[in-house]
Amino acid sequence: MAETGTTRVKRGLAEMFKGGVIMDVTTVEQARIAEQAGAVSVMALERIPADIRKEGGVARAADPGLVEQIMEAVSIPVMAKVRIGHIAEARILEYLGVDFIDESEVLTPADVTYHIDKWQFRIPFVCGARDLGEALRRVSEGAAMIRTKGEPGTGDVSEAVTHMRSVMNGIRKVQSLLEDELVVEAKNLGVNVELLREVKTLGHLPVVNFAAGGIATPADAALMMTLGADGVFVGSGIFKSSDPLPRAKAIVAATTYWNDPKVVTEVSKGLKEGMSGIDARTLAELDKMQVRDN
Amino acid sequence: MTIGVLALQGDFREHARMTLALGADVRLIRQPEDLRGVDGLILPGGESTTMGKLMGSFGLDHAIMECFNNGTLAIYGTCAGMILLAREIQDRTDQPRLGLLDVTVRRNAFGRQKESSEEDLAVEGLDPRFHAIFIRAPVIVRTGPEVKVLAAVSEGPVYVQQGRILVSSFHPELGTDTRIHQQFLRLAAQSHTQEV
Repeated sequence: MAETGTTRVKRGLAEMFKGGVIMDVTTVEQARIAEQAGAVSVMALERIPADIRKEGGVARAADPGLVEQIMEAVSIPVMAKVRIGHIAEARILEYLGVDFIDESEVLTPADVTYHIDKWQFRIPFVCGARDLGEALRRVSEGAAMIRTKGEPGTGDVSEAVTHMRSVMNGIRKVQSLLEDELVVEAKNLGVNVELLREVKTLGHLPVVNFAAGGIATPADAALMMTLGADGVFVGSGIFKSSDPLPRAKAIVAATTYWNDPKVVTEVSKGLKEGMSGIDARTLAELDKMQVRDN
Repeated sequence: MTIGVLALQGDFREHARMTLALGADVRLIRQPEDLRGVDGLILPGGESTTMGKLMGSFGLDHAIMECFNNGTLAIYGTCAGMILLAREIQDRTDQPRLGLLDVTVRRNAFGRQKESSEEDLAVEGLDPRFHAIFIRAPVIVRTGPEVKVLAAVSEGPVYVQQGRILVSSFHPELGTDTRIHQQFLRLAAQSHTQEV
């Protein structure tokens, strides 16, 4: 008898994304361009992070009608975002049958204390994290995939770099700990010691770990892969640039051939202007999306 | 024996790890020249449209077909790998593929991710059953005369062989049971020494 919605099939879909690029899209036309460029999945949303940042206000889950149109338009898996803690938005996406749900700090949180209990869903979830503790807390809530938060909508990769290095550094530290030290580290990180022991044994997170938040160029994607990302999300970086299709193709190639400077060089040549961007260090604390949950 | 694993995208590391544990030499394949001296090639799970496009852009499609048609290369494709090997893809006639296996596949044949599943599957030559993990999996809807069906579900065949080509809709590399990979290594060893 076939069993659906298991942890293995949820985490398994994320395994299939590895080495690939997941692209933010706001229209059917953009979704088709992303598929044509070689995206492994598209993230359907109403406004890309750069516009959410600019326009302000409360950012909510996209119109289910738009998500459905995008699901019908492409053959690759479709993801969509819900507000942190918004169980009902997630139930809508589950009902629609999207392939992955992003419980995302890019949208305005609906619950300032609790995240969604993701074990209760048949659809896998991805969540953002800035360090190992945050990543493992999301995994223990049922996340089947983790991504760095970075600072979305800036086109500045530095925060994604900080978060990826922090997660990797946390893992290396755990690998060096003795059993009694592991118990204290679990307490410090606010995570279950069993889960931490699993990380120590595996040498990586128990789920796939992507980079996200500020990636705008093929070299940015290659950088994140160099730092140990399993793949990349590109939000505003593609459709806020002046040449979405060639840029999207170039980022896909650079994610595969991150370790081959010849390829990364060739695909980077002649791209038109990228998104203009914001230096993440100039953002006021209140304007940062990454601090909306922990 | 050297087994290449196509490493453009997808879960190639899981295939590499399992194949290495079975004692084969493993090489990740990203460029046509990486195929030199490889006895068997694994096309992993992942996104078939992504891999198909990258194979075309970097000349790997022609290189693989050349090694297969003019040599003794054995190939095993899982999920996306099955789609890339199929002669025809239902409703997706323009999707890039190798077309070496005389079948028609239907992508996402069970539906979207919420229909992804795992089950104990009866596989010819394997006892006990094989625990198979299906993720947005394809099935075969037409098999050519040379194609031997090794396992099927109600939607259609999910594990078949045609000469030196083996394909499965499911993902043995995500589990711990190595019997399917062992079958492939035997096939690669045979094709190296005699005509299969």
